[in-house]
Amino acid sequence: MRIKTTEIVDTFAEAFKMWGTRVIITAQTREWALAAARSMTGFATSVIGCKCEAGIERELPAADTPDRRPGVSVLLFAMDAAGVGKRLVERIGQCVMTCPTTACYNGIDGEQSMVVGGQLRYFGDAYQASKVLGGQRLWRIPVMDGEFVVDDRFGVQPGVGGGNLLILGGTMTTTLGAARAAVKAMREAAGVIMPFPDGVVRSGSKVGSKYKTLMASTNHQYCPTLRGIVDDSALAADEGCVLEIVIDGLSEDAVADAMRRGMHAAARRGIRRIAAGNYGGNLGQFQIHLHQLLDGGKA
Amino acid sequence: MSVTLTLHTQPEVPLEAECLSPDRLATLDQAGIAALPVLHGNRNMTVGDFFSVDGGKDLTVRIIGDLGRVKHVATGMSGGHLIIDGNIGSHLGLGMSGGEITVTGHAGDWVGPEMGGGRIVVRGDAGHMVGSAYRGSKVGMRGGEIIVHGRIGNEAGNGMRRGMIAVAADSGDFTGVNMIAGSIFVLGRLGARSGAGMKRGTIVSLHDAEVLPTYSYAACYHPVFLRHYLLRLRQLGLPVEEAHLGGRYRRWSGDSVELNRGEILLFAG
Repeated sequence: MRIKTTEIVDTFAEAFKMWGTRVIITAQTREWALAAARSMTGFATSVIGCKCEAGIERELPAADTPDRRPGVSVLLFAMDAAGVGKRLVERIGQCVMTCPTTACYNGIDGEQSMVVGGQLRYFGDAYQASKVLGGQRLWRIPVMDGEFVVDDRFGVQPGVGGGNLLILGGTMTTTLGAARAAVKAMREAAGVIMPFPDGVVRSGSKVGSKYKTLMASTNHQYCPTLRGIVDDSALAADEGCVLEIVIDGLSEDAVADAMRRGMHAAARRGIRRIAAGNYGGNLGQFQIHLHQLLDGGKA
Repeated sequence: MSVTLTLHTQPEVPLEAECLSPDRLATLDQAGIAALPVLHGNRNMTVGDFFSVDGGKDLTVRIIGDLGRVKHVATGMSGGHLIIDGNIGSHLGLGMSGGEITVTGHAGDWVGPEMGGGRIVVRGDAGHMVGSAYRGSKVGMRGGEIIVHGRIGNEAGNGMRRGMIAVAADSGDFTGVNMIAGSIFVLGRLGARSGAGMKRGTIVSLHDAEVLPTYSYAACYHPVFLRHYLLRLRQLGLPVEEAHLGGRYRRWSGDSVELNRGEILLFAG
């Protein structure tokens, strides 16, 4: 199967069940909301090394936020609901509460909810106050520019982590261009994030390592510089650069939709193939087949 | 089929009609509603002696007429929608826990005393003691919302612990007296001695006001939490302008004769 001149490999992305949440950050200006969101989603590329994966879902116009100020929607994923709660307390406490003029709200009605503002409130040193409006409890924590307002609880729901695309191109320039175009298109999809730097990862990994203490190591099959010394390289002779886009989403449909958009945007002259990473179907709960995505099916 | 009661005989003295509550009428047919007991002064009478009844067995009830002398309507109401097409007497929605009451005219004293939930909307003015505690009782309103599109009298929110009272025009004296917590919004002017004896809670006015000497000025700032309330009030039809949402408010802390954890927020532009 091809899109334009690019071959779409008959394979699947193997994704995993994670737990996710949506956080709405607002501030007096769009810039401050983005500053808090960038800080909160920093060092959150992979759950293996960062305990969570997080990213900016989209910017929100003032009309779409709970307090009618400019906002940013952030998605955060961890391996279980309690993990999401812990990461929220850490990251909202350290990255959002600290950022001038911000407030922070729950963005989903999840299966479960985690107490976040109800823990951060202790920073108020007994000067904090709460307000309940329409069943929603907000905490007002006194800070040096006024008050930090944060929801008491944040919803958490099952999500999907590890959806991915591998873009195999002839040159770095061409492959980077395709990857950026793919990420831009995927950001139009709702309920997904691409947690790596600007959505793109070059250090794709495989499970395990020659070093026993490491759980993951470089995906040598896709490293062009190793093509001459490994006997199981996955790269053809004219494939000189591989970039990966990892997608986490609040549902399998959301991840699939983003992958579909990404493939269409990335396919172009100079991109030889688009593939996906998997573990033979033995580890992940979800298999998202590329051909079926393009045929209109989900997986 | 919704229930409609139309006043055909104006009571000569106050009429106590606790039974006129949607959740109680919902199980009754026309005859059953007409036979419900009411107290006319000190005489036992029935609903049918004063109202013609149309329909039955429905949680939406409309009462038409000048009910200025009818008291204790919707006592303990837990659900449904009561529409009073006219004025209503005192003690409306006493201790109600759910549902909604809409009054198209004016309401007497003691609107929603010690209520725990639900919503009362008065399109006209309301009297004294809105959402208050009864004399001798320590706790007034415990939850829910009271929205008054006109003015309110004295001692609104006396002993209030939770919930919201919002008034589009002015409030009388001692607004939020002995308040324990909760929120009172006066889009007009606050009466004298507002917040006297307040422990916690919030009183907001969109005008400047004279604050008791037992309050301390804290700051002039942008209270973000207020935006949530003001948006809610706007949604409920109160005249909240964009300037009020993004404006600065002077914060006064008090009352220092009590816990000193309450606040009065006055719009500063």
